[in-house]
Amino acid sequence: MLRTLSLAMLALLPLPALAETPAQTPEEKGLEIAREADARGEGFGDFQAGMRMVLISKRGDTSERELRVMTLEGTGETEGDKSLTIFDTPRDVRGTALLTWSYKTQDDDQWLYLPALRRVKTIASRNQSGSFMGSEFAFEDMRAQEVEKYTYKYLRDEACGELTCFVFERYPTDKYSGYTRQVVWMDQAEYRVQKIEYFDRKKSHLKTLTMSGYQQYKDKFWRPDEMEMVNHQTGKSTKLYWTDYRYDTGLTESDFDQNALKRLR
Amino acid sequence: MTHRFLLALTGIALASTASAWEFRGETGVEGRYFTDGPGTAGYWHNGSVYAKAELFHEWNDRDDQFVFIPFARQDEHDENRTHADIRELSWIHVADGWESRVGVSKVFWGVTEGRHLVDIINQTDLVEQIDQEEKLGQPMINVSTVRDWGILDVFILPGFRERTFPGEDGRPSLAVPVDTDDPIYESGAEQKRVDAAIRWQFWMGDWQFGLSHFSGTTREPLLALNTFQLSQAQLGAFAVTGQLPAGYKPRFIPVYEVIDQSGLEAQYVSGGWLWKLEVISRSGQGDRFTALDGGLEYTQVGIFESDLDLGWIVEYLWEDRDELLASPFEHDVLLGNRLTFNDIASTEVLWGVVWDPETEERAWSLETSRRIGDRFKVSLESRIYSNTGEPPTVEQIVGASLQEIPPETPLSIYGQEDNIQLEVVYYF
Repeated sequence: MLRTLSLAMLALLPLPALAETPAQTPEEKGLEIAREADARGEGFGDFQAGMRMVLISKRGDTSERELRVMTLEGTGETEGDKSLTIFDTPRDVRGTALLTWSYKTQDDDQWLYLPALRRVKTIASRNQSGSFMGSEFAFEDMRAQEVEKYTYKYLRDEACGELTCFVFERYPTDKYSGYTRQVVWMDQAEYRVQKIEYFDRKKSHLKTLTMSGYQQYKDKFWRPDEMEMVNHQTGKSTKLYWTDYRYDTGLTESDFDQNALKRLR
Repeated sequence: MTHRFLLALTGIALASTASAWEFRGETGVEGRYFTDGPGTAGYWHNGSVYAKAELFHEWNDRDDQFVFIPFARQDEHDENRTHADIRELSWIHVADGWESRVGVSKVFWGVTEGRHLVDIINQTDLVEQIDQEEKLGQPMINVSTVRDWGILDVFILPGFRERTFPGEDGRPSLAVPVDTDDPIYESGAEQKRVDAAIRWQFWMGDWQFGLSHFSGTTREPLLALNTFQLSQAQLGAFAVTGQLPAGYKPRFIPVYEVIDQSGLEAQYVSGGWLWKLEVISRSGQGDRFTALDGGLEYTQVGIFESDLDLGWIVEYLWEDRDELLASPFEHDVLLGNRLTFNDIASTEVLWGVVWDPETEERAWSLETSRRIGDRFKVSLESRIYSNTGEPPTVEQIVGASLQEIPPETPLSIYGQEDNIQLEVVYYF
């Protein structure tokens, strides 16, 4: 009797979970995936890395830029990450730097430092759909992807290479975004973005981003070595090669204020 | 002993590679062509070369930095434009929440594009470019602190830099050139006067503010005609005949008075809009006056379904200064566009016009640039003055000065100075 009961209980146990699944809408599941991915990225503290950017024209001509990126994880309720991007080449823009303070639910603050004039210029946040350094990446593609900046909708599971991916859509909440939607392929093993398709304001397929060469740092955080953005409408593309990832480099808030911008070299 | 010495040497060598010295620089060749003719300087075109180096070192885990930036230019015609300057030679030290800067340095204040009214720490290197964007190095002790309530900067400025002006053979060629050899100072300490300044920047939501005050020798001298060299008899003869006395060379003498200038910067960010305002109030040069430059900047991203970004700049310039001392931009409108191509060569076009609705004078400017390869940049610039009328003659300038008549069209002195400039810069 006792045995039968416990068996029955065992049989009952998965039921609530099963009952929940049908009740979860595709929107809820999409958000859940995004939250899980975000949670897995939390706690990195700070990192610095180098970046080589290769711009490829329609005819196949290439041009390179070298940048340094510093990021400090946001800790507050509303504050997102702070990041600093410094250009080393081409040489005429050497020392130019972009400082971003991202927020979860409001427009980011951005400043551009022009070293020749020693001038810090504020960038209007609405210009985020503009090209980053003449590349196929827009400013909004480069910034911290806070969960709150999109709404979500789970589509399906799909094989992606040797992995299985969640495929979901996300819709920018910001009315100034250059996109109406993005389709994201994220692997189920480690919640890493493998591919994103971007759809412009006319709802046509504009760009595709693929990330590859994922490596794990601090036994926890996965970062791609390579990112490629292809613009299907212009035939141009941009490749980003990340190098020299370093965590716990001792960055503090004071490395991300206006005085820090003026000290950069 | 020898071993220990060698070990120490190795240690020093290792330490110096760990905190390496960095060297970089740029050099440029420039050609100008004056489309309205040879002017009073007597030439149509001018060539010039410059070099600027940058030596940089950081140590103590980036808490200490050393910067040295020497600059030199050789000009074909203008001996005043052939000059050298230490743009920066400073030691920067960062402590917890504090930062100090000791030595020759460069500081920029302000938010607007038309005039940089609030920007007062560094003297303008006017021979470089008439747009006043180039600055001379300023000796300073600057302490800065970043707090929750904003950024506070205090400056002690020992040592005054005189503004550079084009020489007799320089262009823009003025009928009466500026004699920079013997300026007049209000302060008995002349160039050795120690000036001081303070600035507080703070943020409130989408607003950014800057409040500043400067007390010291003006960076913007008044230009006094040297008619004080003439006797009463000579002045009388001039009034009757309109002929300048024989042997008299009219020259403008810079007069550097001690001023107090308070400045306000405000900027409001809203979506794609940047609203900007700079206001100053200055005393010490004639009556106290107020000047402002306010307007907006708006950028359209991806115009005509292309990669091009088009920025719009509209500003209103105003001042209530005594007419005799007023700048040419006392009630003017600036309209400009910045076109960014977002291409591999970073092609950019910036054009603007400052228009005086009362006098109808217009000052046009065009600046375009693009990169060639990884190490070269080519820029084409042009400045054109229209509706200014003919430039005044020497006699007219002397006459107006003696009778204290303000010029009707202040930009007319540049009436024959329209020019285009091509520059190629190499970065190393």
